Parts: sequence; structure tokens; C-alpha cells
Amino acid sequence: MSQTAAPVRTLSRPIIELDHVNKWYGAMHVLRDVSLTVAEGERVVVCGPSGSGKSTTIRCINRLESHQEGRIVVDGTELTDDLKALDTIRREVGMVFQSFNLFPHLTVLENCTLAPIWVRKTPKAEAEELAMEFLRRVKIPEQAKKYPGQLSGGQQQRVAIARALCMKPKIMLFDEPTSALDPEMIKEVLDTMIELAESGMTMVCVTHEMGFARQVADRVVFMDHGEVVESGTPTEMFEHPQTGRLKLFLSQILRGH
Amino acid sequence: MEQSLAPAPAEAPVTERRPPARVVGPLAWLRANLFNSWWSTALTLVMGYLLLRWAFAFFGWAVVHAIWTVPLGPNGQPATNVCRVADPAGACWAVIGEKFRFILFGRFPYAEQWRPALAVVLFLALYAVSAMRRFWRMELVLIWVVALAMIGVLMWGGILGLPFVGQDVWGGLPITLILATFGLAFAFPLSVLVALGRRSRTLPAVRVLCVLYVELIRGVPLISLLFMASVMFPLFMPAGLNPDKLVRAQLAFILFAGAYLAEVVRGGLQALPKGQYEAADALGLSYWKKTCLIILPQALRLVIPPLVNTFTGFFKDTSLVLIIGLFDILTTGKIAVSDPVWNGFATEVYLFLAVIYFAFCYAMSKYSRGLERDFARARRR
Repeated sequence: MSQTAAPVRTLSRPIIELDHVNKWYGAMHVLRDVSLTVAEGERVVVCGPSGSGKSTTIRCINRLESHQEGRIVVDGTELTDDLKALDTIRREVGMVFQSFNLFPHLTVLENCTLAPIWVRKTPKAEAEELAMEFLRRVKIPEQAKKYPGQLSGGQQQRVAIARALCMKPKIMLFDEPTSALDPEMIKEVLDTMIELAESGMTMVCVTHEMGFARQVADRVVFMDHGEVVESGTPTEMFEHPQTGRLKLFLSQILRGH
Repeated sequence: MEQSLAPAPAEAPVTERRPPARVVGPLAWLRANLFNSWWSTALTLVMGYLLLRWAFAFFGWAVVHAIWTVPLGPNGQPATNVCRVADPAGACWAVIGEKFRFILFGRFPYAEQWRPALAVVLFLALYAVSAMRRFWRMELVLIWVVALAMIGVLMWGGILGLPFVGQDVWGGLPITLILATFGLAFAFPLSVLVALGRRSRTLPAVRVLCVLYVELIRGVPLISLLFMASVMFPLFMPAGLNPDKLVRAQLAFILFAGAYLAEVVRGGLQALPKGQYEAADALGLSYWKKTCLIILPQALRLVIPPLVNTFTGFFKDTSLVLIIGLFDILTTGKIAVSDPVWNGFATEVYLFLAVIYFAFCYAMSKYSRGLERDFARARRR
């Protein structure tokens, strides 16, 4: 059923390992024996219908959600209740949310420098320099002094990406980064993500943007009802879906495209 | 087909125009708000008439027919009969001229009353400095400590050649300001901690304690708390360790205000979207950094209106200490008019007190509106 990704580039050691992860909300079994290994530098797209557990899965990787059974190892550190381990992991894992979650009381620049200054103890001037560099990379250096509320959705999401990058993470998690955007702004965010992928960043993206998946993903993982149903290269997945559930899902999301 | 649906091609952009005078300007405002139907016109006229009548009557009483000073009578007492027999009746402002030092400073020795006066000025200066955002840094704490120490020296004396003045003769405005300032300055940080504790998911014992504190304190009237502080509290204390009445009232006041403010702050914490907590977590911020840098700055801005509401409420509630025998400014006012010579001029004295209370409360609400406006810019989403 699940196949190993045909490596497009040479992929090195595994950096994220989910081993038979189970999670319940009360009595509801939301993650069922989810196993997933992501190699350093790999780009994985997780897709699936709503309620399939795909967001929950990536939110377990930086422990915004806790799992109840199984093991999650990120960059050699196992995720447990140990707060020190959690701090270490969160420093190395950047996250971009569907609803941006910028800090509205801080300027764009302050949003980007906050964590480097307070978590990484970077000197302020250095943090600002770094932030400006990343804001240039996401192509909005001129907005640095503005507040998030003054920016468009696409701009806000690019700031959110820059903010996460300022922590110099080894892994970037994207939780439906374009779902809350107006159609004309999706491209600018995807372009930023494609550029990031080209720079060799390890990325796990929950998204419905199949064009993006085709272009950058090394591997696509399809989830349904809390379990990994199928995974493979974009071509395998989109051209030759093996399971009925994936076929149904593809027919649903491709309708109208 | 397509062309018929499309609007006419606009070659030059439509020039911007000012709105017609029907829509903006004072006349349009009058028409829209006061005279937009026969019913609202009638209401406007009736209310306007009543308002004018009342204003004229008040002006006549308070200014035109007012008596500002009264001569000394044969017995050496002010001849307040002048005020009593005046027709038409006017305000007898002479009572304020005669009594304002007692109202403001109570039984503080007359010759030393410059000291509480200076203390009040120091309080006002402290408020003014704290209100200016460019002074919002750590040094402000130092300024507060120094200013409060100076106020303590001025009130007590006993050093620097100032004669000692016992707390039992303090009274008037300094008591009100001491209770309100210390009360709110300690109750506010306490309330933030309690609000955070009440939402703690990792420390259930702390949460239970916070809930108990808030519910118990909120469930009893401030007056009963003040009674307990003044009558019951000493019974539980070992002999010799008995803080005086003012300190006990102050503690009761801090506890009471803290419980109310905690609920206001909790409202702000709950209004923040979950995403803010998650974003801070995802960046690796620790609990206290997350709370101080992300959560509180936003939550407290959201609750400025109810916070100031509670602040002004408690500023005025300080007057309840009269029931345990502390002489705050309302109490000294009451005592002033119980003087047989000036009996019957309570209206003037209470108006005077109202003006003082109003000045403080209005300053608070005016300042808070300014803050809200400044912060609104950053809050737009």
C-alpha cells in the first residue's frame, strides 16, 4: 500500500519520525496508528478530506497537540511531557498557520524579531538585520514598520513565513497556509513556499493546492479518518491512485479545476 | 451581448466631489438627529425647554443669588442666618470657604496642613508622570517608590524636623488618595495573577485557589469585608502584632478590588483567539514570555473600558471606610456640615465633594479613551 518515495534528490537521515501514533479527543479516535518518516530536506504534502486528522498530525510534530500512544522523534529528540525537550524542538520547528496568527499589537518587524531576541537571545540589532533579510526574501521589506492589520492576507501570510524563518528552523510546518486567502493572493504565498522548498528546507505541508504538490513535493501522504491511507510521489498518487478513498478525494477536489 | 452588460467604458475617472450640504455640516446634523420627524421635533423642543429652565434655575442659585462670605456675628461665630433668610435662595458658598481645609485634610494639625497638601500634589504628579507613555519603563517603579516614601514622610513626619502626626488624625483627600492609589496599585497586579491562575491548565490547585478567592470575595459586600478587617481581623492576630486601622482597611480594599479586576482581566484573556497562544508556543516562547509579551499586552488593551469602569467605581468606594471610622474626604464633608453653625448647607458641601470626585474619575476615563484610541491603530485586523 504505502510506497517509499522515489528520491528525486539524495535524501539523508530521517529528521521527523512518527511511529504508530494514536490520539483521542475524549472517546473519539482521531489519529490511528499514524506512522510517517520525513528525511532531512524532504518536502512532504499531507492531504485529505476535512476531519481526516492531517492538521492534528502536523500539530503533533511541535506538540501543539499531544499524542497518547506511539513515539514522535524530531531531530533526534523524543516528544514527551519534558518541557526542556519541547523547548529544544520548538526552536527547530517553524510553523505557519491557516489564520496567520501574527501578533496584531506588534509591527511586522517586531513580529519577526520577538522570538530570536527572547528565545534565541540574539542581540536586537542582529535580529533586526536577520528579519529584514527574510522580509526581503518574502518580498515585503517595505512593510516592516506597519502593523499586521494594515496588510493584505497574502502579505500577512508571507510575514508569518518570515517570522518562522527568523528562528532559523530546520523544519517548517505549514497548516493549510492558503485556505484563508482570497484567490488572487494564493499565488504569492505559494511562490514564497516554492522558493523556500528550492532552498532545501525540510517542509511538511497540509494543503489542498495540488499544483503546489506536483511542483515541489517529494512525497504526498493521503489521510482519511485519522489514518494514512496511501503515500507516494505526486505522479504515483495523482496519476495512479490505488485506493477508492483517494480516487474519490481526488475527484472531489479536482472538480472545478 | 457582453457589451450591453458591461458598464460604459470610463475614459476619465469620475472626479471626486464633496458631499452635498444636505448630507454633512451642522444643519444636516441638526436635521438628522433632532428634527427628523414631528415626534423627534416635539421631543427636542420639550427637552430643550426643560433643560434650559433647569440650567437657569441652577445658575441663579449657584451664581447669581449665591452668598460667598458671611460676616461674623456678635457671638464670634459666622452669622449664617444671612444665608438662611436670603430670598430668593442662593447657594451659601461661605461654608466651603470656612470648611474646605477641614474637608480636605480632616483633623490634621492646622499649622501642618501644608504637608498633606504637598502629599496630594505629589500624588497628582505621580499620576501625571505615570500617564505619560514615554515614562513607561522600569525607572517608573523607582519613581513610585520614591514618591510614596516622600508622601509617607510628609504625612507621618517625625524626621527631618517635621513633628510626628499620628495616623488617627489623618483625614480628607490624602486618605481617599492613599486608599485608592495603594488599593488599585496592588489590586491590579494581584488581579492579573489571579486571572492567569484561574485559567491555568497545568496547576489545578492554583486554579481552585483562584476560583475560591474570587467567588468568596465577590460574594460578600465590601462593607462586611471592611468590618471584618477592622473588628474580626485583630482577634486572629497575635497580641502586639496588630496593624492599624488604615492598613487593615487597605488590605480589605486590595482583596476586594483584586477579585473584581481579576474577572475583568480574565474576560480579556478569554477574548484572545487561540491562535495567538499557539503562535507563541510554536515560536518556542516560555509560559511567562508568552504571557508578558503576547497575551497580556493584547488582553489588557481589550479590557481598558471595563478596567477603567472598575477603577472609577473603586475610587468612589473608598468612601465606604467611613463605617469603620476612617476620615476619608466624604466623611470629613459629612462632619463639616454637622457643625451646628453650618447645619443645613449640606448641598453646597456635597456639590464641592462631587466636583472633586468627578475631577478624578473624569480624568481617568478621559485618559483611558486616549489610550484606546492610540491602541486601536494596532488592533485592526
